Amino acid sequence: VENVRLLDRLSSRKAALGTLYLTATHVIFVENGSETRKETWVLHSQISSIEKQATTATGCPLLIRCKNFQVIQLVIPQERDCHDVYISLIRLTRPVKYEELYCFSFNPKLDKEEREQGWKLVDLKEEYNRMGIPNNHWQISDVNRDYGVCDSYPTEVYVPKSATAHIIVGSSKFRSRRRFPALSYYCKDNNASICRSSQPLSGFSARCLEDEQMLQAIRKANPESDFIYVVDTRPKLNAMANRAAGKGYENEDNYSNIKFQFIGIENIHVMRNSLQKMLEVCELKSPSMSDFLWGLENSGWLKHIKAIMDAGIFIAKAVAEEGVSVLVHCSDGWDRTAQVCSVASLLLDPYYRTMKGFMVLIEKDWVSFGHKFNHRYGNLDGDPKEISPVMDQFIECVWQLMQQFPCAFEFNERFLIHIQHHIYSCQFGNFLCNSQKERRELKIQERTYSLWAHLWKNRADYLNPLYRSAHSQTQGTLSPQMAPCNFLYKFWSGMYNRFEKGLHPRQSVTDYLMAVKEETQQLEEELEVLGERLANLQKSQLNDNKVKSKQQDRSRQLGLSMSNNSLANTPQEYSSDLKSFPSRSPSQGDEEDSALILTQDNLKSSDPDLSANSDQESGVEDLSCRSSSAGGCLPSEDSGKDSDEAVFLAV
Amino acid sequence: MEFAELIKTPRADNVVLHRPFYLAVEGTLCLTGHHLIFSSRRQDNAEELWLLHSNIDSIEKRFMGSLGTVIIKCKDLRIIQLDIPGMEECLNIASSIEALSTLDSVTLMYPFFYRPMFEIVEDGWRCFLPDQEFELLSSVTDEWRLSYINKEFSVCPSYPPVVVVPKCIDDEALRKVAMFRHGSRFPVLSYYHKKNGMVMMRSSQPLTGTNGRRCKEDEKLINATLRPGKRGYIIDTRSLNVAQQARAKGGGFEQEAHYPQWRRIHKCIERFNILQESLIKLVEACNDQSHNMDRWLSKLEASNWLTHIKEILTAACLAAQCIDREGASVLVHGTEGTDSTLQVTSLAQIILDPRCRTICGFESLVVREWLQAGHPFQQRCAQSAYSNSKQKWEAPVFLLFLDCVWQILRQFPCSFEFNEQFLIMLFEHAYASQFGTFLGNNENERSKLKLPTKTMSLWSWVNRSEELSKFQNPLFEANSLVIWPSVAPQSLQLWEGVFLRWNRPSKFLDEAHEEMINIIKYNKELQAKVNALRRQLAEMETDDRVQENL
Repeated sequence: VENVRLLDRLSSRKAALGTLYLTATHVIFVENGSETRKETWVLHSQISSIEKQATTATGCPLLIRCKNFQVIQLVIPQERDCHDVYISLIRLTRPVKYEELYCFSFNPKLDKEEREQGWKLVDLKEEYNRMGIPNNHWQISDVNRDYGVCDSYPTEVYVPKSATAHIIVGSSKFRSRRRFPALSYYCKDNNASICRSSQPLSGFSARCLEDEQMLQAIRKANPESDFIYVVDTRPKLNAMANRAAGKGYENEDNYSNIKFQFIGIENIHVMRNSLQKMLEVCELKSPSMSDFLWGLENSGWLKHIKAIMDAGIFIAKAVAEEGVSVLVHCSDGWDRTAQVCSVASLLLDPYYRTMKGFMVLIEKDWVSFGHKFNHRYGNLDGDPKEISPVMDQFIECVWQLMQQFPCAFEFNERFLIHIQHHIYSCQFGNFLCNSQKERRELKIQERTYSLWAHLWKNRADYLNPLYRSAHSQTQGTLSPQMAPCNFLYKFWSGMYNRFEKGLHPRQSVTDYLMAVKEETQQLEEELEVLGERLANLQKSQLNDNKVKSKQQDRSRQLGLSMSNNSLANTPQEYSSDLKSFPSRSPSQGDEEDSALILTQDNLKSSDPDLSANSDQESGVEDLSCRSSSAGGCLPSEDSGKDSDEAVFLAV
Repeated sequence: MEFAELIKTPRADNVVLHRPFYLAVEGTLCLTGHHLIFSSRRQDNAEELWLLHSNIDSIEKRFMGSLGTVIIKCKDLRIIQLDIPGMEECLNIASSIEALSTLDSVTLMYPFFYRPMFEIVEDGWRCFLPDQEFELLSSVTDEWRLSYINKEFSVCPSYPPVVVVPKCIDDEALRKVAMFRHGSRFPVLSYYHKKNGMVMMRSSQPLTGTNGRRCKEDEKLINATLRPGKRGYIIDTRSLNVAQQARAKGGGFEQEAHYPQWRRIHKCIERFNILQESLIKLVEACNDQSHNMDRWLSKLEASNWLTHIKEILTAACLAAQCIDREGASVLVHGTEGTDSTLQVTSLAQIILDPRCRTICGFESLVVREWLQAGHPFQQRCAQSAYSNSKQKWEAPVFLLFLDCVWQILRQFPCSFEFNEQFLIMLFEHAYASQFGTFLGNNENERSKLKLPTKTMSLWSWVNRSEELSKFQNPLFEANSLVIWPSVAPQSLQLWEGVFLRWNRPSKFLDEAHEEMINIIKYNKELQAKVNALRRQLAEMETDDRVQENL
């Protein structure tokens, strides 16, 4: 469709005229104008809603909201075209078969072996070995091979040694969806563990001997301690209501040596509505400070984030400080339980705060234990009531922790944002389906690629420059403020207003430090080379031989290449680099220059997350602006102006 | 008066000091004329706390049997608690502190007694003289002149002796204009934008009154700053409504009919007690840790502090935009031109002028746009967030300005030579200081108090390399561009460094800052080493060649 206008949300005066293309996988908007053929790519799987608004004199507006919080406003001149686009998009964004998803057509041009290597990057067996398991108290159980006991659990489950197959199966029959207690995290130092399950089918009075034995076995696996905590992450009222349906929670009287604890985290429906409300606030055209703060409070979002954190902190404290094992469950044990177990693990074990460890953590607590990715993130057309930002909340918890402990994580904010993007993108196979069983049936590993390999390849872009493995914050347990320090929880504009660059700090400390560190590394190398040459030279001077002329040649070359490097760090060059920070997508790393003439091919191979959006524009704008304004006025000035002008005047 | 008369109990033993995030410490409390000194002599951890009496905002006392407790709330927002054994001692100490922290006479303040223990490299009182500033200006334009019309402070008591005015306006005209402006604050030059020659002026409101008085000289003066055929903008920091109401009291605003070349824009920046109440509410919210998330956000919202920040920044951005983007000259005023006006003119300069983002440039900005421009520091900063007394002159106008600077700094973390600590330091010294810099309400009062001879300047202390190093931003890379901050609510944050400074653990953040410094320091060291080696190599190679040629 031609002559479509892409509106800028902050300023209605700034609209781009261009052509809209629909492909099998993307919506593409290409701006007119020969120099700045700026492209905006949006994956169909990212689109969460399409809204056709009332036709106006200028055309028919179409509003596209994305799951990665991008909002695109288009105006299509012909009502009929708009309708066609709308109908097509509705169909395209609601695939009914997994095979329609992008990951089955996505080809990063890796051979088979590389693909297999990629899937092997994260190995859970290795991870349990790292924790020190199997050992005297814990073993791997094959009771769930062929998914015979629980179809949403992995085939390999870790359980206490004293829990026989009989006990496990018996316990599983007493738990929702047969999700029996299994090991999530084990603390080598004091034998305390975190186990997870679903709610017991206790109703008002039912009990199950095997389930009681199971919990007893978990306690015995931690010989030092004479009780375990059972943490129900639901609000007490919800848990009680479940009893009427024959479900519920453990009765302390029936189980020997448990301490039962409610930690109220709301259910997926409350969370979905909360996010919805917060996004409405983010979308306000020019909100006053009161509108914004009031809306943020009203959405309850940060309150929910804090509830999840508090639960994680409680468990981490029980394990690290009291040396007591914890069994965590909610209703089905695949949403809140996953959030809480992974937050607690992250606090407890510095390994999960590394890039590799974080991948392992997600693979362990989310992917393998059957978090329902397909339902929660609406990959296939399904029940909208199943959709909920469960993982988004976990990712935000990590970000909130990063704010409090700036040196504790090996990865940076961008890493989190990219993971969030790919939970929805369906570009990689990792987060497909609702369980390991479904993924195996679909032969995901043979037909799609692993996100972890992709992220790992570009890890240089995701490093936190402040991370140092010897630093005190990277050691041991993190203990965040347990006191009700509400002010520690902040709105994450980097995520929820991700595509509105105008709102973010214009200079990134992270990128600056990363550039400095890169330069430092080059300097270290050069220092070594220079040192060697100096030594050689001194020797040769003594011997007075004639190798010199050759060396001088080399030295000139080296000097030159170095001066290029140092040039890359002069302020002007740097600030333009800063400007285009968001467009520095991992996959573009070494093709920065070609970023302007992105063809479809290299777009597809690169991370669509970043190439797919207006990020490109910053790079383009830079150049055009620099050439037009004949010096003096550099990029950051202009981009700042355009978006803000509207703001100042509007107020 | 002897301070000793006020100190009934100069010393108390076995006093216990409580502070958030620290263990309680036992030690000795001493009162001197200007300080409260607490020292613990425990072997493992000897420490001393020195608190200026003038830093104390309010004091509360409580008794539990014979154990008295004194809660001291400071102007820098810190709260400490002292448990003092003995009813009488406690009462004595509390009343002494109360008396010493509310001394009436300026000349009894600590700056008049303070003797510096450091060597003065450069006298801060002579650092930012108007003549020097004007020299910079006259190298780029000759359209302006220095006027000494206010030499004796006879024309405008709140102006400095020397001001910059258009060259074509003589002192006689200035005198007439002064009659037409509130408090005689006639329009003077605030900033000259080298890039396009546009200027920002500031003044107070014109005294048009209800019958629309006009003053030809005033019109001529501000028109003198316009290029032929160009229009200018008047930014009135009051809402139209407030400005109209001001006419009833003899004030008012420039009428279109008399100023046809000017377009007036009204912005609404709050003043006085509204700001003070906002500060009190904000600090209350920050100190109350008992409430849940929802109440925290609603209290933050209800304080309106961030709303004020947004309004001030928006007005400043607008002024900067008029000058840089529209290529127009700007006149800024509110009512008196001593508060919101200065917030706008000084912030606009930070946006426009890279020099103001350096340490020296920022100091000069504070001197020019706040001290010399007659912001009544003594009135505004007499009390801070904990004061119970309802005096009407207090307002955190300067703190709001610093907060706005911090917001810009946060958005452009590499464009400022100074760091957050520098801003916090200025906040502290504006409210309580051993230096004379922020004493008095204007230059007139300062000269009567003979501050330059009787007290030490803050700048003399700050501008030594030992101190400066604490205030330098390691990320600084000179940025010659205009920097446009975002004023969207999502972009504005609570200034934790000030408002949560005493009630959040800062260890992890401090560590991060240290890490950052180390990364950059190491890089610089390597650079130096590499350069040295390169030089050495080059020398050896030329030596070689010389030998070879021989």
